[in-house]
Amino acid sequence: MNKKDIIICRCEDVDLQQIHDYMDQDFVTFEDLKRLLRVGMGPCQASTCAHLLQKEIANYLQIPISQVKTHKVRPLTIGVPIKAIAGDDHE
Amino acid sequence: MNKTNIVIIGAGISGLSIAYHLAKQGEKDIVVLDKGYFTNGATGRCGAGVRQQWATKQNCLLAKKSMEFFENAHNILEYDDLELKQEGYLIVATTDDEVKQFKENVKLQNSLGIPTQYLTKQQALEIVPHLNPNAFISATFNQSDGHLNPFKTSEAFYLACKKLGVTFHFYEEVLSIDKKDDGFIITSNKDSYAATKVVNAAGGYAYEVGMMVDVELPVYSENHEILATEPVEKFQGPMVMSFSKNIYCQQVPHGAFLMGRSDPTVKKGHDVQSTATFLKEMSKTIMDLLPKIGELRVVRTWGGSYNLSPDRQPIIGKTNVENYYVACGFSGHGFMLAPMVGLLMSEIMCNKTPSMDVEFLSIDRFKYQTSFDIEKSVV
Repeated sequence: MNKKDIIICRCEDVDLQQIHDYMDQDFVTFEDLKRLLRVGMGPCQASTCAHLLQKEIANYLQIPISQVKTHKVRPLTIGVPIKAIAGDDHE
Repeated sequence: MNKTNIVIIGAGISGLSIAYHLAKQGEKDIVVLDKGYFTNGATGRCGAGVRQQWATKQNCLLAKKSMEFFENAHNILEYDDLELKQEGYLIVATTDDEVKQFKENVKLQNSLGIPTQYLTKQQALEIVPHLNPNAFISATFNQSDGHLNPFKTSEAFYLACKKLGVTFHFYEEVLSIDKKDDGFIITSNKDSYAATKVVNAAGGYAYEVGMMVDVELPVYSENHEILATEPVEKFQGPMVMSFSKNIYCQQVPHGAFLMGRSDPTVKKGHDVQSTATFLKEMSKTIMDLLPKIGELRVVRTWGGSYNLSPDRQPIIGKTNVENYYVACGFSGHGFMLAPMVGLLMSEIMCNKTPSMDVEFLSIDRFKYQTSFDIEKSVV
């Protein structure tokens, strides 16, 4: 299958070909690829692509998947409206 | 041991711009070392704003000339799209003191060729209709300010540097610098380098990298947080900012809103964690000033280091250690000033006449002066 047709990050529409192009330039960590491609920066915050990308990096570097770090998890776990966080003060 | 000409510590936007401009001056054997991933420091954590509306002459000039570079950067750096969006910064005044100060700012900015306008409440509401009309008095607006993508801009500089022969090593942390008669020995966690010149562009870690050669820089770092919302259809053109309400908020071309504020109680140091206090205070501030944005979901928050100087203006140039140079203390605005910082640094290091007066950027200003022209337009 064409690497361009394999979507790694659904939120930001990043395909495997783009990932490989940057890995070929020696950017081989989730944190690097995230900043260069926005992979994992969408509404799901990498809950889908974290494992896919981890596997692709392991394959590319020919190392065990256990040695590939995933992304730094940042709050929030799930999207919450700003007005709900602001609370009753302004309702 | 690798023999090189210049070692630059830090591959953030300042280190990148310095490397690029040095290479353009014809310098060879430039090595850039960075302790982490691509744009791991302040550059990759910033609010992606570029503005020329400042309260000090020096910052205005640096920002104006930097914006001229950004406007042509896609040609200069031969990069597709840096996502420059010049739809302005709208800075709202919410107190009588701010109204007075902003009128002064506009006069200063206009005198330097920055076409900022002073706007009534009604005029401001025409540009950003979802502003709460009861939350501010008036505003200033400069159309040519706006948004620029920090990741793409960094990549553009990085690729241009590589074409000019600059070498980069990421995940390589400098541990010590030894001054020798004919240069420096730089030791990292992976390798060592003999260099004739060293540049400290270490951002949040500038103080520590200064102390490696006993140059005590008058800077410290503190955490400033940001949040990003889900992306939505465009409904806000300019960056909206208020110093008194402690907020900046823009919709980036991607569709997400980015917003940040500072925490007056934050402790000095390298902590960049996210806090519940920020999330709560940021949300309350939005409900007050831009309530429509309250409908959007927060998807992510993060922190980054401001490297603060005593007058909130950069420190660049020579130090008391010969051939050890510094570019730090950007106080949250290194990204938007980087083109001029890189150019001036390259001119200083190559003994050329700088394109503008650099005296006020020198570390020596803190030696002889007791009172400074402190930049007030900072969130």
